[in-house]
Formats: sequence, structure tokens, C-alpha cells
Amino acid sequence: MPAEIVLTRNIRPGLEPPDLKAYERAGGYQALRKALSSMTPQAVQEAVKKSGLRGRGGAGFPTGAKWSFVPLGSDAPRPRYFILNADETEPGTFKDRHLLEGDPHQIIEGTIVTSYAIQADVAFIFLRWEYRKAARALEKALSEATAAGYLGKNILGSGYSLPLHLHVSAGRYICGEESALINSLEGRRAVPRAKPPHPTVCGHWGKPTIVNNVETVANVPHIVLRGPEWFAGLSLGADSGTKLYSASGRVKKPGLWELPMGTPLREIIEQRAGGMQEGFRFRGALPGGASTDFVPEDRMDVKMDFGSLEKAGSRLGTGALVVLDDRTCPVGMVLNLERFFARESCGWCTPCRDGLAWTARLLQAIEEGEGRPGDLETLDGLAKSMGPGLTFCALALGAAEPLASALRLFRDDFERHVAQKRCPWR
Amino acid sequence: MPTIYIDNAPYPVKDGQNLLHACLSLGFDIPYFCWHPAMHSVGACRQCAVKQFKNADDKKGRIVMACMTPAAEGTRISIDDPEAVAFRKLVAELLMTNHPHDCPICDEGGECHLQDMTVMTGHTYRRFRFRKRTHRNQNLGPFVNHEMNRCIACYRCVRFYRDYAGGRDLDVFGAHHYVYFGRDRDGALENEFSGNLVEVCPTGVFTDKTLKEHYTRKWDMQTAPSICVHCGIGCNTIPGERYGLLRCVRNRFNGEVNGYFLCDRGRYGYEFVNSSNRIRQPLQRGDAGEKEAITRESALRYLGEILHRNRQRIIGIGSPRASLEANFALRTLVGPDRFFAGLSERDNGLMAAAVKLLRESPARTPSLQDVARADAALVLGENVPNVAPMLAFALRQVMLQVEIRDTAKVGIPRWEDAAVRDSAARFSAVFIEKAPLFISAPTETRLCDIAAPTSPASPDDTARLGFAVAHAISPNSPAVPALPADSLALAGQIAATLLRAERPIVVSGPSCGSEKVMQAAASVARALRAAGRNVGLCFTAPECNSVGLAMMGAAGGIESALKMAAGGADVVIVLENDLYQRVDAASVDALLHAARRVIVLDHLAHATAAQSEMALPAATFAESEGTLVNNEGRAQRFFKVLDPGSSSVRESWRWLRDIGRASGFAEFTPWRNLDDVLAAMARELPCFGAVPGIAPPAGFRALGRKIPRQPHRYSGRTAMHADSNVHEPQPPDDPDSALAFSMEGFPGPPPPSLIPRFWAPGWNSVQAVAKFQDEAGGPLRGGDPGRRLIEPSPKSVDAAADETAPSPFKARPGEWLLVPLYHVFGSEELSVLSRGVAELAPKPYLALRPEDLQRLGAADGDEIELTLNGVTLRLPAKSAPGLAHGLAGLPVGLPGMPAVSLPAWAVLRGAATTEDGGSPIVKG
Repeated sequence: MPAEIVLTRNIRPGLEPPDLKAYERAGGYQALRKALSSMTPQAVQEAVKKSGLRGRGGAGFPTGAKWSFVPLGSDAPRPRYFILNADETEPGTFKDRHLLEGDPHQIIEGTIVTSYAIQADVAFIFLRWEYRKAARALEKALSEATAAGYLGKNILGSGYSLPLHLHVSAGRYICGEESALINSLEGRRAVPRAKPPHPTVCGHWGKPTIVNNVETVANVPHIVLRGPEWFAGLSLGADSGTKLYSASGRVKKPGLWELPMGTPLREIIEQRAGGMQEGFRFRGALPGGASTDFVPEDRMDVKMDFGSLEKAGSRLGTGALVVLDDRTCPVGMVLNLERFFARESCGWCTPCRDGLAWTARLLQAIEEGEGRPGDLETLDGLAKSMGPGLTFCALALGAAEPLASALRLFRDDFERHVAQKRCPWR
Repeated sequence: MPTIYIDNAPYPVKDGQNLLHACLSLGFDIPYFCWHPAMHSVGACRQCAVKQFKNADDKKGRIVMACMTPAAEGTRISIDDPEAVAFRKLVAELLMTNHPHDCPICDEGGECHLQDMTVMTGHTYRRFRFRKRTHRNQNLGPFVNHEMNRCIACYRCVRFYRDYAGGRDLDVFGAHHYVYFGRDRDGALENEFSGNLVEVCPTGVFTDKTLKEHYTRKWDMQTAPSICVHCGIGCNTIPGERYGLLRCVRNRFNGEVNGYFLCDRGRYGYEFVNSSNRIRQPLQRGDAGEKEAITRESALRYLGEILHRNRQRIIGIGSPRASLEANFALRTLVGPDRFFAGLSERDNGLMAAAVKLLRESPARTPSLQDVARADAALVLGENVPNVAPMLAFALRQVMLQVEIRDTAKVGIPRWEDAAVRDSAARFSAVFIEKAPLFISAPTETRLCDIAAPTSPASPDDTARLGFAVAHAISPNSPAVPALPADSLALAGQIAATLLRAERPIVVSGPSCGSEKVMQAAASVARALRAAGRNVGLCFTAPECNSVGLAMMGAAGGIESALKMAAGGADVVIVLENDLYQRVDAASVDALLHAARRVIVLDHLAHATAAQSEMALPAATFAESEGTLVNNEGRAQRFFKVLDPGSSSVRESWRWLRDIGRASGFAEFTPWRNLDDVLAAMARELPCFGAVPGIAPPAGFRALGRKIPRQPHRYSGRTAMHADSNVHEPQPPDDPDSALAFSMEGFPGPPPPSLIPRFWAPGWNSVQAVAKFQDEAGGPLRGGDPGRRLIEPSPKSVDAAADETAPSPFKARPGEWLLVPLYHVFGSEELSVLSRGVAELAPKPYLALRPEDLQRLGAADGDEIELTLNGVTLRLPAKSAPGLAHGLAGLPVGLPGMPAVSLPAWAVLRGAATTEDGGSPIVKG
């Protein structure tokens, strides 16, 4: 039986996204009607909790549990905020873009239902600056939804009101980190905040705030409409739902597919992406964007879900596979990644600010044939210094994952660079 | 009291601390950068890593940042864990990747926290072999030097400058390892606390630009505990000297007064000590009218002769900027009936009234740190940032108390500095609406950015608002008749806010020239006290010993002295005072002419000294020991940091003692040293009974030894005078204190009032303060120095009969009520002699509301002619929208501005209507 397509079913690549009418014809805004007319916010939370939905931004935190941290009740602090994290900047990743450009109403409906579930008073879409097309699609959809009474005061006569603002980011990777995002939204430097307190208690303007990823929120209307059991049944493994996977690198058909959560990596590469291009051999892949550990060839059968990849020594991340082949220098690839992370460091904490700059410079030296004995041990130490709890936020942690795994898996290649004083691929 | 386990040994710690704070308080050395005892934790530098274990069985543990981890009951950590040690070493190495190896030419060298911490972590060999990132430096004005290449990005500077000091023109720019801390363009730092960047910065990015002009290493600097003389707050300082030159002034921690910080006037106002205009030898007017230098002995012989004959005909004019001892010596010499305050009659009356109100108030005079801990404040009539900058700094923290209280409700501890601030949404307009700080004053002040919105008001209307607040709090306070509805509503709002607060304070003072305003403030404090609130009543004091002089009491001000002199006086002795800065020139001239002889004791050859028959070289704060009483009523001792050497410069009290002895006055015979003066003063004036006890006496010895003013690493002792004499000179004697002009002496920590510098093994920077405290950031071990002389009055808390509100202010057509305007840089006589301070001081001007300017047919910068008590001044106009209606503002104390008694009504005319275009200032 072919797997069910949920999130991307209305998306027709190359064509305009469905407008309000088309979206409604396809069953759009029924979840919102159902939630507002027959479900309490707690019931929506409960459904999402039961569905097993985990955050699709990379960390995989259970969505319903996150929502439940927001204090509700008459004496709880107000206003409460919901922020849709559409600041997708993870290298190799374009799943949120696909959803935003292809079916903006689905995202808006998910945002309203989510806001209702946490009783948010105001909601924002925090959109990556470069996503111009998505911005246009969202602007159009927002005005349609507002005109139709899905947004604004007293939505569908339910008594629930929600203003939803589109905020276009000034454009930095760190803005995807939820507390840096909040600082940026407040008009301040995009520097992460210390946690605790978590934004769920003390976020935007010091008030309870939920920040969810685009793909996460896209799932919410479907869970509300079709139930948590249906959602849990979509997947092939322990984690529920479908997942947007993509593959880039020297594969025959790079692309993006919605597949059951837990589809094996090998299946994505070999069946969806058509396998490696002629003359190229698979050496490894970053399974979830740039900030995940390499999965080597001998682990290609790993299921692409949170738990399985963790057991395989990596992370699901965004589910965007970046494939390394045998004719590409792994040192050069890691250098490219670390340059990105070094540049995108916000500059707040030392291991990230100075450690990544040194890492990138050292990798450059090795790649250019200026590596020296001891350099790899220095890199090992730098990667270790960006381990869990050692840096202020997860940026450096993510930067350390491809570095540390490459140093482990492709050690010979690094050593050849140093020993031969050149890049063997050049 | 929780118990934590450090490397398996149990330690009791205070509640609610983080691990770094707790460990430093216990005496452990953990390196850190971004944490600061006054600014707490933000977790940026990652230097203070330790290993934390879940329980006694957990052998693996995980690395945590000590500054971001609560020291909760049962917490188990290891500082010595090899992984933690290695991580700390790597972090130091990372910080050093871009740090230049310029320690030998860096002003911070030898007192650099980065040096100390690098040594502490054990990082020695750098592995980073690439080009360092470099930055362009900025010219940040006369006080602070900028060298960005040295930056390790700890973020302390911007946190201090923006979050604590309220500055807006220093920020962090850029990202990743190119973060840049500076201004958006070159230019003088606008915030009056910028000098603290020098001490807040853990390395040499921000250094003291004035020190650079006569640079000396910390270890080569002779230092002593001192008190700032540039306003009435009494911040504790450490001046540094070498080769007879005062090199710099640094902060001296006092947990009750200034804490870790100073204002720029206090830090950079010291250069008058080195002035070429100093009086170094007694000067006597010769036959030709020119001043001639004479010896100390001949001066004393001469004075002895003339005073001996006419003791009943000597008038003494004391000084609010001279020590208690100097004023007391003069008072003893001339007798209390002929001892006058060196202030205008009006200013003397205001200070006397202020001290009376404080003494009779049931409210406590808060220390500066009490102010910083207050959770609501009402300011009446004062431009606090310009009159008492560090008091404004303290008031700025009032907002923080609200944030701390609100965030505590959601479980955020105070030390989570960024979280406390982020959660309070301090930039939102809603937050300002709820601000617990209210200011009513003739002009807007730099505190208005964090205060509830109020309109500027004339002194009388300010007093009326204050009385209305008092009435709203307690019906026992008289009602204010004919109060407009909006003022009534505001008074109600202020009253409610103050009543809601746990630690409210009322701030006022004499600087707007209105006793009624101070009465109103006292009335609010009394009403709050009657309502059972723990309220503080805080008055500013214009000068370093204004309160001391007022407590001593005088027979009147300068005008009274003139009256007495006109009745017949042989000699007028003027103590540390330029009378031309106090009252109008005509009165001073009259006084100086009425007396046959005028003797001036002061540091500098000013206008009054020029008019004198004899000018005697009086020691500055840097060359003398003495006691000052600050606005809190706290008596504090300062100590000599440099010996005047072979010059005739002496403490004023010593000059006066010697004059008394030369005149044969028996009271002075037993005055051998400062302790004898203090004892005599305590006997004569019981209000100063506690003053002898504020520091150990001259005979104090620690394990038989004096306290050395020079560090044990002081270099060149045997060589520094070799250009004049190859023999090592005997160190100067200091008969007045337990401090020695030597490297030798007691090597341990001295009693808190005698701490000449903060240094501890491995801690060469100012961060060594922690080693002198009971707990990091807490009071000095042995108690913070100083003794409070004014305590709350236990008497009845009913309103005094004369406390009624003045009538409403009425603007007059064609006339303006001139009010004094103060400037942090410029309004104080001595600090403005520093080049940098002078550079930042404004030129004389007349402030007018824009519509008043228009009415006079003048534009910004045009000359305005003002006539006041027969004096005509011509000044460029300055548009001042922040001024209350009907008022005009005249800056006071600026060089070139004549003394004018304010407030006063004045007639103004646009200069276009005047005939000649003469000099900017014309004395009528």
C-alpha cells in the first residue's frame, strides 16, 4: 500500500499554491472549525500529546508536552504568544520552504489551532529573510484568512481572537534558535537566552511563549481532524506521522519527499533519490542537515526517525540528507560546513565564537596542505569543547557533530592531508 | 543554609547563590570573566566550568558552568576534576587566540584579570598559529582609551554600560569572532559612568586615558584609602601616586556606599592636585602689591604676632569642601561665634535646614546601597544625575528591584542577570508606565528614561506635589489647597506606589534652592513611616563635607561674616574656599576690604587667594588625612597618598594649629596629631563623638607593624631619587595614621578602613576585592568603613506646624524664574580643573523653553541679556524643552559664570534689542 501523503497533498510544484477556496475545497480549515466548536484547548493539547508528534525543527521535543508547560488559568501571566519558527536556515534543508510556498493556508491553519491550544493572545510567523516567495504566499493567504474570519477578533464566533503577524527575519542562522529568535523579534541582538527560564514560562516580552517549527505545526490540523491514533499509524517506527525527507549531493535525483516517519535511509537514497550518480560511491550522509553526525555506509539501513538515528550515533535533525561521495574530499566538506557555523556563531560564548573560528582556520590549513602533526588532536579537543552543556546554546553542539564524526569516520583522509601536505582529491 | 560538597568535602553556603559565587566566597579559586559580583551571571565566557555529580555514587558527572548552576542543598561538584581543569584551560586558550601579546606595553599589565585567569588555568603555550583578528580602535573621548584587539568578548562592558549605568552609546556590533564593542562612530562616551569600563573590563580594551599621560604600573603605585571630594556622596577611592604626582583614582569597594563603581567626575577630577596653579609655599603680599614666597616659619611668626594681639577680632570662614578637622581647627581658633560657613546665607540656611530635617526625621537616611535596594522612589526637586551621579546610579537600580521581585515569582534567581532583565520586558512602554520611580524637578533629568512620566515643575509646585503625596498617604499631613486635578491624581498614584513598596525612598536636597521642597520630602517620608513603612529619606549634599559643616554649625553664611567684618575685624581667615564662587563679587569685595587682613588657606591660587594678604599652601585630600561626612551622615576617613615632601604644603588643620600655637593659644598645645584633634572635636561637639572610632588610631599596629602604602613589588626604591641623591632617603613620617610610606609593613589584609589597595596572591586585578570580603560581593571583612552620625529620630511622627505647602507657582509676564542648572562635568569647582572634565563641560548658557525663546525673538545660540539683582549677564540661549513653564535655567559653577543666588526672578531681553555686542558676560 502506498504511504499516505498528508502534509504535501495540496502541493503542486511549479504551480501557484491553493488559494483559500481551493484549500477549503480540499478540507481546509475544517480542523480549525472542529477545534473551536467542539474542543477545549486542553483537548487539542491532549490529542497532540497522544499523537506522539515530536518537533520537526531538529530537536524532536514532544510537541504536546511543550505546550503543556504554558501556564493557563485565570491568574496565569498574559499575554501569551505563539511564534511559528519559519527561519529555516539549516544547510541542505528546504522542507519548511516547500510547505510555506506550496500550501500557506495549511501553515496558517496549523498556527491558529496551535495558538488556540495554548490560548495565545498574539501569534507571529518569524520567516527567513531569503524566503521571498514564501513571504508573498503567506501575505496573500493571511489576508484571505483574515477576510474569511479565520483570524482576528472572535474567530468563527467562538469568542477566541488571534492577531497573526508576519515578521521577516533580518537573516541569521542563530535566529532559528528559539530564544535568539525571540530576542530578534523584540528588536534586539539575536543572541540566545539562558535556559531556564524556558520561553514557555518567560519568552517574548517576558511572557509565556511557544515556538514551533513549520512542519510541526503543519501536522496539527490533521491530528485534530483525524485523530492521534491515525497519526501514530502513519509511521514505520516508534515516532509518529509522516516526515519530509530530502536528499542532496551526488545522487541521481536530488529532491524532497513526504514519507512515513522511520523510512530507512537506504530506501530514501536508493529508491527515492535514485541511488548514487554513475561513478560515485556513497561514503556517508548527514541525515538531518549540516548539524548532525555522519551516518557511514555500514549504517545505511538505519530508520530515519529520532530514536533509531540516535542509536546509530546521529540525529534525525531536519531529515535533510546531505550525501558525501567518494570523489569529494571529506575535509573540504567539513571545512565548508564549519566555515558556515563559524560565521553564523552569534559571538556570545567562547567555545563557539573562538573555537569555531579556530576550527575553520585549522581545517583550511589542513585542506591547503599546511596541516601539522598535532592538528587533528587539536581538532578533537575543539570538537569536544563544544559538547553538550559546554556551550551556551546548541549551535556549536551542532557544528561539532559533523566535525567529530568526520574526524572519527574519515580519520585516514585527514591524516593523508597532513602527511602528504596536500589535499589528495586535488 | 544549604550544604554543598566540593571535591567531597562539605561546605555551608548561603541560600540562593550560584556555585561560582559560593565557591569564591569560600575562598576557592575558579577562573571567570563574564560574571561580576555586582552584575552576576550570564554564562557567556564558559570559563568557570566545574564537574557536577548527581550524587555520591555518580563518578562520571558532567561539566557545568558554576555561574549558571544553583548551589542547592546537596550539590556535589569537583573543581579539580581533570576534565573540568582541561576544559577551563582550553577556554583560556580560546580566549587568547586573538589576544595580542602586548602585555609589556599594555596599561592593564600587572593588574589584568585575563593575565591572572590565564595563569590560574595553566594555559601557557599557544597552539593557534594563524593571523589574529584585528579591529580599528575608536577615540572615546578624554577618559577612556580603546584597544579592541585585546577584547575577549566577555560582554561585561556593554552589560555595565547599558544595563546598569543606563548608557546608550556603547554597544556590541558584528557577530562571531568579529564582535566589536564600541560606539557607532568615534566620539566621547556620553555616560558619566564610563570610567568604570576601565575596572569592569577584565583586560586592556578600556583603560584610563588620563593615567596614560603619566603612566605607572599598579605595582609601582603608592596608594592609600581615600574619599572622593567632588560631590557629597562620599564614594571611597584609591588614589595612586608616584614621583609626587597623583596618577589616577580607582574605586575602593565599600559595600554600603559606592560598591564597585565611581562616576567619571570622581574618577577623573583628580588633576587639580597636580596643577601648576597650586600654592606650594606661603605667599605674602609685598610692598609692591606682588605676592612673594616666604618660609613657613616666617609666615607663622608673622601670623602669630598679629593674631596674638587681636583674638577677639578674627573671623573664620569655613568650607564645605574642607575636612571636619580643618573646620574644627578654624572654629577653635576663632571661636564658634565668629566661625562662618563658607557659603551664601541662603545655601548655609538650606544645608542647616537639610541636616535639621534629617536629624528630626523618623525615617532613616539610606546608604547608597540602601537606595539601590529600594523598590520605589520619589525624587523631589533634584537633578540627581548631575548633582550626585552615583546616587542616580543607585536609583537606576530601583527598576531592577521590580524585575527581581517579578521574576522571583517564576523561580528565577537574582543572579540570572539576563533572565531577570529579559523577563521583565524592560523595553516595553507598558513597563515604563508602571515604573516605581517618580521625579518632579524644574527640568527633565537623565533618569527620566526609566521614570514614570511626569512634567517638570517649578520648585514651589514640586513642593506642593510632595505635600499632596504626604497627604494622600496620611491625612495627618496637611492637605494642599487648590491642587489641579491631574496633580492630585499623580499624587495619589505616587502615594499608592510608595505604600505598596517594601523599601520606598524619598530623595530630595538643597540644589533647587527650596527649603519647602525638602520639607515636602521629609513630610512624605514621615507619612510613610507613620504608615509603618521602612522608608528612607535621602538628601543630596553639594560638596564632600557639606553635611559635616552643617552638623558642626556656623554663625551664618558669608553675608553674616561681612556684617561682622564691617563692624570691625582685623583678620579674616578663609579656609579652602574661593568666596567668589559662593556669593556675588560685590559682597566678596566688600568683605575682603572690610577686614584689614585676609588670610587664605587653600590648594589653588584662585580669585580669593589673589585678594588675600597671605595665602598658605593647604594640602589637598591626596596630601592629608581627615574626615568627611557624606549625605547619608556617614563620617569617613581619608588618608594621605603622597607626602608633600620639602614643600610647605600642610593639612589645613595643622597650619591652623601652628598658627594657634604661634599666637600663644593654649587650646592647640595638646594637638600633636590627628587623633588629638579628633579627641578634642569629639569632646567639644558630641555629634562627632563617633568620629575618632572610624579608623584605627595612628598608634595602631598589625602584629607590631604599620600598613604599607607601597606594594611589596614596588620597584626602584633605592634608585628612584638617584638623580638627586644616591643615598636612599628616609621614608617620610606619617604621625597621623597607621599607614607607612613604605613597602615594608604588615603584609596581610589590614582593617577595612585602612585598605590601601586590593591585591591577593594570584589576584592582581581589581577582582582581588573578593579576597577582602566576607563573601564575594558582600561587605568588607570587618565591616564596611565609616560611621553613621545621623540616625532616625524616635520622637513623634506628627507634622511640624510650619509645614505647609507654598502657593502655586505663577509665571510672570516678561520675567522668568531663574533656576540653577547643574552639570556633572563643570559645576564642581575642583574637578573642572581636570582637562578631560573641562573638555566635557558646557560653555555658559541660558536655558529657555523653545516658546519662550520665540517670544524673545531669539533662536538657539542667540545672545540673551538677563538682569538680576542689578547684575547684567549676556549669555547664548539654549533651547530646553525639558524646563518647566515660566522658568529659565542658569548653569552654576561653570568656569566663567559669576556666582548668582538662585532661584530668582530675572528680566530677559533678546540681545537683538540691546545696543552693543560686547563680551559674552558683562558684570553690571
